Amino acid sequence: MRRTALYDTHVASAGVKMVDFGGWELPLHYAGGIIAEHHAVRQRAGLFDISHMGECMVSGPGACAYLDYLVTNSVSSMEDGQLIYTLMCYPNGTVVDDLIIYRIDAEQYWVVMNAANTEKDLKWMTEENPKAHADHPPFEIVDFSDHISQLALQGPSAAAIIARLAPEAASLGFFRFLKDLTVGSVRCMVSRNGYTGEDGFELYCDNEHAKILWDALLEAGKGEGLVPCGLGSRDSLRLEAKLPLYGHEISDSITPLEANLGVFVKLDKEDFCGKEALHAQHLAGIPRSLRGFEMIDSAVPRNGYRVFLDGRDIGFVTSGTKSPTLGIFCGYALIERDSGLSFGDTISIEIHGKLKEARLVKTPFYKRTPSSKV
Amino acid sequence: MSKIPAELQYSKDHEWVRIDGDVLYVGITDYAQDSLGEVVYVELPPVGERFAADEEIANVESVKAASAIYNPVAGIVDTVNEELDGSPELINEDCYENHLYTLKDFDAAHVGTLLDAAGYAEFLKTLD
Repeated sequence: MRRTALYDTHVASAGVKMVDFGGWELPLHYAGGIIAEHHAVRQRAGLFDISHMGECMVSGPGACAYLDYLVTNSVSSMEDGQLIYTLMCYPNGTVVDDLIIYRIDAEQYWVVMNAANTEKDLKWMTEENPKAHADHPPFEIVDFSDHISQLALQGPSAAAIIARLAPEAASLGFFRFLKDLTVGSVRCMVSRNGYTGEDGFELYCDNEHAKILWDALLEAGKGEGLVPCGLGSRDSLRLEAKLPLYGHEISDSITPLEANLGVFVKLDKEDFCGKEALHAQHLAGIPRSLRGFEMIDSAVPRNGYRVFLDGRDIGFVTSGTKSPTLGIFCGYALIERDSGLSFGDTISIEIHGKLKEARLVKTPFYKRTPSSKV
Repeated sequence: MSKIPAELQYSKDHEWVRIDGDVLYVGITDYAQDSLGEVVYVELPPVGERFAADEEIANVESVKAASAIYNPVAGIVDTVNEELDGSPELINEDCYENHLYTLKDFDAAHVGTLLDAAGYAEFLKTLD
């Protein structure tokens, strides 16, 4: 099993429960439990070790054009210091992975990948995609995954906490980053973004400094009630905020258009891998649609459970949980788009062999009230 | 270290049982609730229905996972613990005070074949 640089710190924490997450041994939760950690992030702040995420640097005169071909969002229109969310698709329009791309300068891009997909992504980017062996202006892809730690500081108090260690970070705009910042005594790259639906920051540093940074942030956040958080609350937080998870809302059998991520697919871009298929899907009508639902009958909907309308199988649940913030059983389902369903309509979900009723609702389930300063 | 009260009997599926007059109380063990994590929903069996031993009878759902409960002793569901509908977290707070359901007309002879506290403690040692 693989471990992050903070493994020893995690297992020394009383009450921690470790879990195998795609081959990584990571905290599911610490002493307080998943629900308490969830509330801490919604109300105050939480600190996550997300060093399992993969990172690579794509650099050189051909880097921008090559990335612009590989992903659905527009890389060429980025500015220095900006990051974007994007999908990377197969020629058939389904998803290799979802990525965050940071533009350091016109010839240097930092790409963040899902842990379980990192190896696959790098292979795709360097060898397997249709243009991997075409003639390009020179570029280079270097894998940094084993050397870099990544922490996420999330919650309404995140800005106040980071301001104690690095005031410049607290004035970053949303989806902006600073490449060289000293946080506590650690040199970091810091961006304002996250995976919880709250304000927050993601910090990258060398593995050998991860513990110093972790401890410094926890110390700085003591007064605000900052707590370490595990993968359990990371999942329930992202679910409430309608942030997709690879293998659930998106996968190699789901297109971004089906997952309602069309805003990150620039069909007007000259060319990108998957464009033809996605454009065709856009014109012909998207066959399935990701819809949010709330259970009417009590039951926990989970990934893969079948969805029925009038006895007909119309799709499946991608993610579901009991929302700690709202106290409701809820989730998302990928269902046939021509089933003609609107908000308030009832569907049935097969849970432990029984059909349970749910109604379609507007999402996200949780949206933060913007703070005065973003 | 899991709590294992001496006065109860245990199944290898991590249920406890306790005979009280002519009914049998059934719940999940400390080991089970700790492995599951925070319980958010308990699906209880229909009252009046007969279940065989080892038949799936209930589901305990935590934030992360669903866990089927296998009826440890054949019998007819007499009552279910309705408090768990509104407060499933009671299972985490005290899994021995908060049972899942009771059985009547249960197979009393089978109760004797379940593990005692010492036997269950030994069994848990083989799992880690």
